[in-house]
Amino acid sequence: MTRQFPAFAALSLILAAAAAGPAAAQSFAITNAHVVTSGPVGEVENGTIVVRDGRIVAAGSGVAVPAGVRTIDARGATVTPGLIAVNTALGLVEVNSVDGSVDSKTTNSGISASFDVQYGLNPASTLIPIARLGGVTRAVVMPDYDDSDVARELPFAGKAAMISLGEGANILHRPGIGMMLELGEDGAARVGGSRAAEFVQLRQIFDLARQPPREEYPFELSQADLAARRPVLSGAMPLIVVVHRAADIRQVLKLASDYKLKIILSGAEEAWRVAGEIAAARVPVLINPTSNIPSSFDMLGASLQNASILKAAGVEIAIGGNDAGHRVREMRYNAGLAVSRGLPYAAGIEALTLAPARIFGVSDLLGSIAPGKAADIVIWDGDPLEPLTQPTAIFIAGKEQPLTSRATELGKRYAR
Amino acid sequence: MRSPIRPPRIPPRGGRIAARSIVAAESDPGVTRQLPQTSPRQCDRRAARTVLLGTALALLAGCSAASSSARPAATPPPPPSAAPAPAPAPFASTYKPLPAADTAIVGASILTGTGARIDNGTVLMAAGKILAVGTDIAVQPGVRVIDGRGKWVTPGIIDAHSHLGVFAAPGVQGHADGNENIDPYTAHVWAEHSVWPQDPVFTKARAGGVTSLLILPGSANLFGGRGVSVKNVPAVTVQQMKFPDAPYTLKMACGENPKGRYGSRGRAPATRMGEVAGFRRAWIDAAEYGRKVDAYEKKRARGEAAEAPKRDLGLETLAGVLKGDILVQNHCYRADEMAVMLDVGHEFGYKTRAFHHAVEAYKIADMLAAEDVCVATWATRWGFKMEAYDAIEENAAILSKAGACVAIHSDEQRLVQRLNIESAVALAAGRRAGIDIPQEEAIKWITINPARIMGIADRTGSLEPGKMADVVLWSRNPFSVYAIAEKVFIDGALVLDTSDPATRYRSDFEIGQPVGEE
Repeated sequence: MTRQFPAFAALSLILAAAAAGPAAAQSFAITNAHVVTSGPVGEVENGTIVVRDGRIVAAGSGVAVPAGVRTIDARGATVTPGLIAVNTALGLVEVNSVDGSVDSKTTNSGISASFDVQYGLNPASTLIPIARLGGVTRAVVMPDYDDSDVARELPFAGKAAMISLGEGANILHRPGIGMMLELGEDGAARVGGSRAAEFVQLRQIFDLARQPPREEYPFELSQADLAARRPVLSGAMPLIVVVHRAADIRQVLKLASDYKLKIILSGAEEAWRVAGEIAAARVPVLINPTSNIPSSFDMLGASLQNASILKAAGVEIAIGGNDAGHRVREMRYNAGLAVSRGLPYAAGIEALTLAPARIFGVSDLLGSIAPGKAADIVIWDGDPLEPLTQPTAIFIAGKEQPLTSRATELGKRYAR
Repeated sequence: MRSPIRPPRIPPRGGRIAARSIVAAESDPGVTRQLPQTSPRQCDRRAARTVLLGTALALLAGCSAASSSARPAATPPPPPSAAPAPAPAPFASTYKPLPAADTAIVGASILTGTGARIDNGTVLMAAGKILAVGTDIAVQPGVRVIDGRGKWVTPGIIDAHSHLGVFAAPGVQGHADGNENIDPYTAHVWAEHSVWPQDPVFTKARAGGVTSLLILPGSANLFGGRGVSVKNVPAVTVQQMKFPDAPYTLKMACGENPKGRYGSRGRAPATRMGEVAGFRRAWIDAAEYGRKVDAYEKKRARGEAAEAPKRDLGLETLAGVLKGDILVQNHCYRADEMAVMLDVGHEFGYKTRAFHHAVEAYKIADMLAAEDVCVATWATRWGFKMEAYDAIEENAAILSKAGACVAIHSDEQRLVQRLNIESAVALAAGRRAGIDIPQEEAIKWITINPARIMGIADRTGSLEPGKMADVVLWSRNPFSVYAIAEKVFIDGALVLDTSDPATRYRSDFEIGQPVGEE
């Protein structure tokens, strides 16, 4: 971002000059912005965004810049809300194959639904700045399963959290935003190898939780795990269900209806085949549009058109990256790919921003550029869904973030 | 109008001979495994023809690149009088180009794969070959004309690192045929004996513009076995896909995979030094085997009685590398390991054609350029194991700037459908680091450079007269995430046309299944 983009180099200089003090850094205005955001502000040419103390106080066309506020001239560049990644293990994983650096899963049979990612977060993870350079400002951090102990027959992976990717010691934004449960082929394998057993066991667990506590339970469930399921049953905490096959999705919708659960589908490669039913149940879906490989008999119907078909049916979708950590930054290309296969462009942006915020109950503060929201803002040198585009400035809660990572530092050392 | 794309029928036995005769003009019939490289004379001829056609290509540069990729001089075959009758090459290609109409794509922006970009240009394909590329090309009556205005044309995309068919979808144990991981020395196995042509991902790769692939064994072993280059056409047998007369390749692997696989089972190699010792011991054996075979052949040539040494399939492959007939494809992540492996090559007199994955190649870009070793790598994958921790998106751009031969490869089922997007990520990262690789250069990462890695750059990988008409028509600039491969040609045959459902091939596995579009 030096020789090739003189306009943006100049922009950085303006930012550097203006970043006088930490408090002042969180109050500023962005002018001449091509604002692309879901919600009431919408798409605006020549828009202005006013930020005070880390919050957006005004946004749109015809917004006046208060006197004395430092101003960033975006020179017509595209400005979006910060992207919100779903299905991540950011802060829980450093190197996948190095067990000691992985805190996203456990073999502890006494910790299932009560597993809580908020305690394992590492703000110093090098994955965080690398994801951030993809314009990602917040992420849903989800637990995973450790199947190295094959005798562990517990259905839940645990509780998810929302984190901030901003620099600083405290990245936890909101704990307990969802409970993870994997069904389908892999989920069934954990309860004896059959879906027919899996759903029976789930119903038993939910039935038991509705009854008064007793001395003995038919499953190996700790007190912590028992307690952890209650907000799911009360509907206070969404159940994030990883599922792929259309028939399994139908079973999950039935289960949710029977127990009045609030659910979010994840993976859902064959969701397009039951899009109408998912829409009718008002259940949102977390997808990776690039997941079009019939990798198992669970997903023979995997298709690049999943996103556009679901959206057309009225299903709320959020689009994720290409793995749980290192490749989270690719989520915007994945949205672009969905757009190339018929997803409306605005829906592509929404699936990276406001949709995940709504799905995880944080849209009061995150997901769009609108008054009252946290100033999670990205200025881009082009269309944010294009790989050739890069962010030129990233703000999280109004604080400007460095455009560097361990990877760019390595590149700098060796690029000549 | 067009009949649906169907796999070819299994030819009768004689069919093989017929198929080989198709390529006889380009190959030395006695040595079907050895690919003659483009000679300077051929290049001159090609350039002359190009001038006549009035194209704007920098073809001489392309030819010099092809010449520089030539193998070290191969041992000439023994004189015919003394040599035994050449045995037919085992598992010979029976590939036959699909029926092709002479076609001109007119008015498109063309990235030729030779380093040129031609706007408002024409690509003319005839008899399965590229006939002309340029701006002022007359199209004869009877040639099918495709309006390319507003669209882009590139050579067919080539993936120099694929496991399609050997780790086929669905990814069930019954399809896990890519790693003979019960012994670290399996130079005797051939990936083509594992390829399942019904892998549905071949079709998905075709939709991403992929016309040729190098299918390699996995990386569990020091010597994983021979790879196979294929044309990405619907087929029932692997022989029907085999790229005619492509040289064989040998998969080698250093680093975490072999030592992890075997060290954890209490056997060698357990360390990187154990791996290198294993390589060296194997090359010593290979050299000895090669000497025995040579001595036998010399005696036969002199008409003396001699007993043929017993064939050893593994040593035969390694000896083929030492002779320069078989191209080494070395899975290697770290810079320091690549430098050690280069020295192993120096010690035993073999050349590595490409380091694969090579995520730290940017740390030794000048060394790789000087050694004329290619790199096949990703832009986006990193951190999945310790040796991938220093992978950066800028890898390809730094290497290109240093003059090294770089390919963007997939190694996986999703990425093979989007090698153009992966290249765009690499391009953007380069720009961010102050290295602006032009798109007409970057397209080489997924066309001519992987072709060079596979030893087929004299016949495909760029849009030059005389080459196979492996061509993609993109809906827009191929470095855009919105670009769709609208038409894909292999040897001039339209194997995928998004406007014609009849060309949407389904593998046998998908027939009668609830599969989705794309």
